[in-house]
Amino acid sequence: MAAKIKYNDVKAGDAIPTVTIDNVSRPDFVRYAGASGDFVPLHYDQTFVEAAGIPTVFAQGMWTAGCLSRCLTDFAGAGQVRRFKVRFARQVWPGDTLTCRGKVTGKSEKNGEKLIEGEMEVVNQKGETTVKGSFAVAAA
Amino acid sequence: MPIDKSIVGKTGKPFTMPIEWSKVREFARAIRDPNPVYFDPELAKKECGGIPVPPTFLQVAAFWMGEDSMPTANFDLRRILHGEQEFEFLKPIFVGDVLTGTSRIADVYEKEGGRGGKMTFMVTEIEYKNQKGEVVAYARGTLVETGQAVGG
Repeated sequence: MAAKIKYNDVKAGDAIPTVTIDNVSRPDFVRYAGASGDFVPLHYDQTFVEAAGIPTVFAQGMWTAGCLSRCLTDFAGAGQVRRFKVRFARQVWPGDTLTCRGKVTGKSEKNGEKLIEGEMEVVNQKGETTVKGSFAVAAA
Repeated sequence: MPIDKSIVGKTGKPFTMPIEWSKVREFARAIRDPNPVYFDPELAKKECGGIPVPPTFLQVAAFWMGEDSMPTANFDLRRILHGEQEFEFLKPIFVGDVLTGTSRIADVYEKEGGRGGKMTFMVTEIEYKNQKGEVVAYARGTLVETGQAVGG
């Protein structure tokens, strides 16, 4: 499988490609519910969320994580991701604009593979972190 | 709800999950990923050796798991948060593969939270094997039941 990056070309502190998600909208959550099978009603059923005391539906955490994962496949190539971990810090609401970004923190070799490791995050238009992540991708 | 430690180690019935191209395309569209390897089989074959799946694609397991595949705690839907999710990949996964997933409750614990009050955490791990019997991936998720509604 073709790795897009060379181990020796990458160093700690390097930025990985940024992905911008403009104008998060309810259809994003509905489409993701259909695609993923996550039908937790908090993400599309306004009546349900209001009854639970929440102002409006919000994004599935895994939708936002999916958007963040694009930084990795853009960086290293699809099929090159070895580990991807996310922690959900804050809800993503309709109307938000998200910036998905990350940086390399280290390199290692495991099972004969050259791995690039790093941290990543999704921030909203107010600069608040909504998802924090970490990763390992394979390099050539 | 009092914490029930006895569910740790409980496994679900293994479930079969065929990796289908239409589902991969739909998923890539849903996360607004225009990467042509999910949409152009010729290119995908050349670049990746087959049509790969997005890193979070294994979330579609929800379609393939019956109730008996999901060992679960009795959480209140209005108070659930998805706290963390991790994917570890050991071998490639391509469209055409048929995976077998087995879900296991890895841990259950309580913590005092901030504005949400007492929180209960449940960690589940799904192990995926391919049609050759090779372990290809692990998906580990942490669900949190908060003391009150989650969006306030």
